Amino acid sequence: MTSYYEDSARGRLAGLLDPGSLTEILPPTERVVSPHLRQLDTPAAFDDGIVVGEGRLAGRRVLVAAQEGGFMGGAVGEVHGAKLTGLLERALDTRPDGVLLLVESGGVRLHEANAGLIAVSEVMRAVLAVRASGIPVIVLDGGTFGCFGGMGIVSRLCDAVVMSEEGRLGLSGPEVIETTMGVEEFDSRDRALVWRTVGGKHRYLLGEAATLVEDDVSAFRAAALALLDHKPDVSLSALEAEHAALASRLERFGDCRDALDIWERLGVEEPERLPILDTADFLATVCDRRA
Amino acid sequence: MDLTSLLNRLFPDGHEIAADGVYFDGAGRVFGTEVAVIGTIDNTPIGIELAFRMAGAVLEVVRRHPGRPILLLVDTQGQRLSHRDELLGINGYMAHLAKCIDLARRNGHRVLGLVHGQAVSGGFLATSLLADRCYALPDAEIRVMNLPAMSRVTKIPLERLTELSASSPVFAPGVENYRRMGAITALWEGDLAACLAEALAVPTDGDPRRALGEERGGRQLARKVADRVRHDAV
Repeated sequence: MTSYYEDSARGRLAGLLDPGSLTEILPPTERVVSPHLRQLDTPAAFDDGIVVGEGRLAGRRVLVAAQEGGFMGGAVGEVHGAKLTGLLERALDTRPDGVLLLVESGGVRLHEANAGLIAVSEVMRAVLAVRASGIPVIVLDGGTFGCFGGMGIVSRLCDAVVMSEEGRLGLSGPEVIETTMGVEEFDSRDRALVWRTVGGKHRYLLGEAATLVEDDVSAFRAAALALLDHKPDVSLSALEAEHAALASRLERFGDCRDALDIWERLGVEEPERLPILDTADFLATVCDRRA
Repeated sequence: MDLTSLLNRLFPDGHEIAADGVYFDGAGRVFGTEVAVIGTIDNTPIGIELAFRMAGAVLEVVRRHPGRPILLLVDTQGQRLSHRDELLGINGYMAHLAKCIDLARRNGHRVLGLVHGQAVSGGFLATSLLADRCYALPDAEIRVMNLPAMSRVTKIPLERLTELSASSPVFAPGVENYRRMGAITALWEGDLAACLAEALAVPTDGDPRRALGEERGGRQLARKVADRVRHDAV
């Protein structure tokens, strides 16, 4: 068992894909670095914090991107975002069985804020184009830094999100909310509060994550493989169904102030026990309780 | 500019646009073309209710008025920063809105954005920035985050950030920087109805922003890098 949470972007790809099948595009030897970080005397990375390439998953042809949280929290800058957009657009030409996004990102890289924001928008357009062309885009979220900001939106544009309990998914990170709105709005140091608000278990119960797996690279691999046969549906009726589901979420839980309230309303007995259950026990406990 | 003046200048032939608090929608006419309008005022933060409501309005246009162009007039200081919105999955609501806008595009609706007040980060990403083309009034403000918050997050002193903001198009808030980087197609001044009619007449295909940013000197690498990743043999 290899922890997905603790692994690097390259380590995760090595464990996820068929051995030796990854061919990286614009690898670090090409030294395509951010042109903006030097202005701030900030060190650059030769891959700008993202690995993109082609590989095989149980023999199926996939395109992959993996964000490296160890470099600036996986934040999206001009080059980082352009690599992701280029990879997604490559799928339009090469028609793989799917695109896997191993997300780990705080969102827009504030050091090159405008370029990062526009880059995320370009990634969004590209994800939507790939899905509209019938190729599934699958998100894996279980890294140390979670997935926030624009990448939190990107993730939910995709066909499915696979998370571990350790994964986190949201829009504004707890620190940003605390810094801007005050500690009484969101105490980012309250680990239990953070995990039960943006962590994998709650996201799975809400229906934001399609699959919840153990913190194990091979568990992510199996989940990704199972989702490759998913056919993207971007029709009006699919969006009307999503609209109805989001209406129902607002109606049922709009007045809840804590995840525990939501879990209780979902009919989970002793909701305060959920955070301590291991993944298998958790899944057994909540199997018919998801929103 | 207040909303009434803005709408009168965009739609001199008349409009039926109803406001409900900070939200408004309806339709206006410009040189004989009906245009659906969806927007907000007062730099409003976009929380889950507002994102949901705008998504519903887009779906309604797709259902009831096939092909009708959509003009997004969203004035926002960004996504609502709240524990409760995160708890309910605000990123999913924002993504849903973005998907609805893309659905309209794919179903033949021209989607335009006009930034008339503020456009900030998540609230911008899920709305006008996803339009086929986004425009701005010259006195509008576009940014990711205010400088003090940025300073706290990046640990770069505020003085340094302020200094860089004076010169760097990548860093500083402002519509002109976003124009140089390709995200804002053009600034609308003078006869806004003529600007709108002209924008509706221009054919759109794909995402032109990287090429525009390169041409205008605001983003030198985005197009080249994306093209290499798309086309390089491996």
